[in-house]
Amino acid sequence: MSDIASLKVMAAQVRRDIVRMVHAVQSGHPGGSLGCTEYFVALYGAVMKHNPRFQPDAVGEDLCFLSNGHISPVWYSVLARSGYFPVPELATFRKINSRLQGHPATEEGLPGIRIASGSLGQGLSVAIGAALAKKLNGDDRLVYVLMGDGEQQEGQIWEAAMYAAHNRVDNLIATIDLNGQQIDGPVDKILSLASLADKYRAFGWTVIETANGNDLAQVLAAFAQCQQLARQGRPVLNLLRTEMGYGVDFMMHSHKWHGVAPNDAELERALAQLPTTPLGDY
Amino acid sequence: MKKYPFTEKKDTRSGFGAGLLEAGRRNPNVVALCADLTGSLKMGDFQKEFPDRFFQTGIAEANMMGLAAGLTIGGKIPFTGTFANFSTGRVYDQIRQSVAYSGKNVKICASHAGVTLGEDGATHQILEDMGMMRMLPHMTVINPCDYNQTKAATLAIADYHGPVYLRFGRPVVPIFTPADQVFEVGKAVLFNEGADVSIFCTGHLVWEAIQAGEMLAEQGIEAEIINLHTIKPLDEAAILTSVMKTRCAVTAEEHQIYGGLGDAVASLLARNLPLPVEMVGVRDRFGESGTPEALMVKYGLKAQNVVEAAKSAIRRKGR
Repeated sequence: MSDIASLKVMAAQVRRDIVRMVHAVQSGHPGGSLGCTEYFVALYGAVMKHNPRFQPDAVGEDLCFLSNGHISPVWYSVLARSGYFPVPELATFRKINSRLQGHPATEEGLPGIRIASGSLGQGLSVAIGAALAKKLNGDDRLVYVLMGDGEQQEGQIWEAAMYAAHNRVDNLIATIDLNGQQIDGPVDKILSLASLADKYRAFGWTVIETANGNDLAQVLAAFAQCQQLARQGRPVLNLLRTEMGYGVDFMMHSHKWHGVAPNDAELERALAQLPTTPLGDY
Repeated sequence: MKKYPFTEKKDTRSGFGAGLLEAGRRNPNVVALCADLTGSLKMGDFQKEFPDRFFQTGIAEANMMGLAAGLTIGGKIPFTGTFANFSTGRVYDQIRQSVAYSGKNVKICASHAGVTLGEDGATHQILEDMGMMRMLPHMTVINPCDYNQTKAATLAIADYHGPVYLRFGRPVVPIFTPADQVFEVGKAVLFNEGADVSIFCTGHLVWEAIQAGEMLAEQGIEAEIINLHTIKPLDEAAILTSVMKTRCAVTAEEHQIYGGLGDAVASLLARNLPLPVEMVGVRDRFGESGTPEALMVKYGLKAQNVVEAAKSAIRRKGR
């Protein structure tokens, strides 16, 4: 278990990585990546039992799936800084011949990635399948999956939600990044989801809500609560309220930075708000 | 013409069911998923014997494909079962991203393919499925011809690492391949040697091609009949060797002439050995309700159509 101070340092460094990676190729998705930094830092730094000497079948390990694959920068940064692959490789993000594809993929063999994601709505089903395999194998570790809130508009999500509850897939901890934004605007304006808590509860899930998903202490407490609620006959959902673009003032409170890269001046402004850390830039 | 007597007729989907059960007995990692068509897919025996390894997904095929992909993480070998239409078109993107691009060891098993589904009509009679699956990198595409070959193919793909699309059908058809055959993925099967025309056939059209071979023999034409049960990877050497000898080819499949076996063979020949090719298949139209037999006749998928195509191919090589 890492202490919260070191996790905060990690989070600060991951944020620098995200904006530098996206700036370097002038493409990618900084907003959701910055918003989900605490989620990934907590998961890999303190919550999951995992081994950076990557074994694809993850026997005896917890598993993490990212369904909204466009926030790959945050996952790549956390994986590299957890020892899955060399940190300097972050510089290859989205470039030709890189293992760090725009959206996560297995084709190039990047350690830490077990399935491609990016076309939305598929990750929950995959996570449930992996959870079923763990049950068949008598492996008592847990499966974690992160989804976007806009992604909840995909029909497959609800097929999967129904399946997991009906079949008591209770070794699964899903999280929805509730940042309220999608590419074209606020989720409530594009296609309102109304109450996801009510919806998932009606489907038979256990649901908890985290008021501030950018507060490491709250994120850690939520994970601990989810772990306690797991293995009780119901899948568990954490509705994690985050701020898209968190940590860079001009990227917050808007959907604008969902999939836009900062230019040189904007990078400078962003980095000025994200202090360097002892971990060092890639 | 070599004789292929048969004493029994069975549906190819029952060959799948028998093969799945046997594969389950041989390998504890074999698991099965079905989207509310257990009876139609003949998966009931597997479900009964291995209830813990059988997953009823309900009418939710997209989720079924994702579950299957996830089950491979942990070493399972999932076989999904639903109609060919819902195994491909309905879930193309799920297969593309979570199965094929992710290189997952999922076996997509698809019944009721083609017009021989019969009375249900065009909504369920998919004729484009092999094309869709063949286009996907990493995907293997197999369309066996009778009960025994389907059973053997099902067993073979359990031991074959990588995503596979296995396509079979609803009607009872003659059993004319041996019960003890060894199925080799990607390997053509020679049914008859001949020097005048090569007939490349797959699925239900193999039996029609054999009938056609007998009709052609009565007219003094020696057809070489080669079963390409695997559409991808294509046994290119077998095709080229045969056409090198016969100098013309016919393809026969219960599928659109676009995208399937015909396209695959014609493309290979165009690149390597440009000689006359005639195609027996469905010509850019949807199916309709009717008996399987009536539909085979109306859509030009009978032995007589193969005979006419063979004669046309032979005429063209003389030009």
